[in-house]
Amino acid sequence: MRKGLLAAAAVLAVSLALREDDFALLLLTRVLIVILACLGLNVQFGYAGVVNFAGATFFGVGGYTAAVLARSTAVPHLFILLIGGAAAALAGTILVVPVLRTRGHYAALVTIAFALLFRTFFEVNDALGGPQGLKLPELRIGPVHFNDAIEIGSFFASFYLKYIVLSLLLAALGFAFVLRLERSFIGVALDCIRLDEIAAASFGVDVARWKIVAFTLGNFLIGLAGALSAFMVGFIAPDNYSFGESLIFVSILLLGGLGNPWGLSLASAVVLLLPEKLQVIAEYRFLLFAAVVILILLFRPAGLLPRPLRRLT
Amino acid sequence: MSIIAQYVMNGAMLGMMYALVAVGFTLFFGVLDVIQFAHGDVLAAGAFAALAVWLGLTRLGVASPALLLALVVVAATVATALLGAAVARFLVLPLKGAPQLNVLLVTLMMGTVLRESIRLFYPGGSQPQLFPALLPTSSVALGEFNLRIDNVILLAAGTVLIAGTSLLVTRTRLGLAIRAVAQDEETARTMGVDFRRIVLLTFALGSALAAFAGVMDGLYYNEIFFGMGLLLGVIGFAAAIIGGLGNLYGAILGGFFFAALQTIGAVALPFASAYKDVFAFGVVIALMALRPKGLIGERTSERV
Repeated sequence: MRKGLLAAAAVLAVSLALREDDFALLLLTRVLIVILACLGLNVQFGYAGVVNFAGATFFGVGGYTAAVLARSTAVPHLFILLIGGAAAALAGTILVVPVLRTRGHYAALVTIAFALLFRTFFEVNDALGGPQGLKLPELRIGPVHFNDAIEIGSFFASFYLKYIVLSLLLAALGFAFVLRLERSFIGVALDCIRLDEIAAASFGVDVARWKIVAFTLGNFLIGLAGALSAFMVGFIAPDNYSFGESLIFVSILLLGGLGNPWGLSLASAVVLLLPEKLQVIAEYRFLLFAAVVILILLFRPAGLLPRPLRRLT
Repeated sequence: MSIIAQYVMNGAMLGMMYALVAVGFTLFFGVLDVIQFAHGDVLAAGAFAALAVWLGLTRLGVASPALLLALVVVAATVATALLGAAVARFLVLPLKGAPQLNVLLVTLMMGTVLRESIRLFYPGGSQPQLFPALLPTSSVALGEFNLRIDNVILLAAGTVLIAGTSLLVTRTRLGLAIRAVAQDEETARTMGVDFRRIVLLTFALGSALAAFAGVMDGLYYNEIFFGMGLLLGVIGFAAAIIGGLGNLYGAILGGFFFAALQTIGAVALPFASAYKDVFAFGVVIALMALRPKGLIGERTSERV
């Protein structure tokens, strides 16, 4: 709890210090949004052991839902963010039966097939803008217009500061929620299921139920992040939700240490900020991350910050 | 009538490519119980190696089409066989005993490395590259339908390759060793089978088949692309799983089944044919829900 508040305060302090630097703030917001999405993936992958290679797809379902609703309805935007998450969770229910019935390679195939299916769907569906994608209107929550710069007297800050506050709030809520979930009996049940499904079932853990809960919760968080990201960028297109992006999400999780929210936060920052700081490697980033993940898997399979052992006290 | 024949021909070509890729997946799974997900990108690397060799040879002034074709195919085969064996040696074997998912991930990432390397380091690799027509382009008119000679040659060569692989696995000493390792590694070792050698050879064999699929793809579409391996890999993987992993004939069946789905999706669906992949992958997901171990179950089937 204290660590979390300190981290949040540090992020706020940094963004206040950089308040006139649009690009730095944009990057910081992206990191926070990716953290939120990876938290969702962490519940599925890290806790329940349900593989999901369609992270970017659920991210995209949230984004497209937000775009369509914001363009053609008057639903308040705060609700649209939540509906984006709900839509991703709903899209996930298509996969519930095949994911529950399959295991290992077979489950991986199901989510990969789903990712390719949706990618093609976004691309060929004209109502969703086809390959050109869709534009989103400005995000408004209550009286706050998110695309106006902040000017109070002599205090001036980029409009991205508002996005930072919002995404920090959502990421912090998601973080607290995921940590709480891990500490609860649900977290214990999920750990049991990941480690040994048959043993868990014979001890009375309802495997199907908790897998569905973890999968749906995870997709909700990913979709929420996707909706927020769509508003911030103001534009969505199928190219942003490719299989490669899904792999980046999975890489972040593995890099940080499966099951450790702190690890994935660190890894999100590294993976997103490093290519921007070192412009030379930006072009090579997919290549480099893939190579780094290979090395991690070969030599340090638990990740940079391995998940600490659970102490049931 | 001629349109139906055209679609059948298209489907058969696609099915042959998918079957060749799927056979690789199923061979790898047979010997090591792993999914080698870089397989599709190994294929793409083979196609690009073929193209590079062709460019080099034409620059040197080699003009005989038969010689060119033979050298190009050999180059692609050798390149992918080495690459496949290297993946097994440096990525898959060291992770023996680790969770299966880690192998899937490590090879997925290796695929990304290969794909990005082609995009970044092959001259003009980020754009689709023209692939030369190395086969006679004439065609025979059967009624209204034009049967293209090059397609017939490709289909025949693919059939010969698959039959050859099947014979190799079922009739030779090497095949016996492969089947022994697939059935029980420990026992195979005590019977004097060199486990590492068999694994490396199997990976080289499966990858060489992918090289042919890659050249076939290039000759059929006259174009190759750095990302071509991703989709072919996923489709081959899906085909191998539909046929039941580890089952050679199941993989071939799965390849043609997937091609049939795509063709049916393109022809028979009332809405735009652009949705053919959506349809095909949708059917695969539904199939997995109904028969989680593939059409021919993994457990009950004989492994390779």
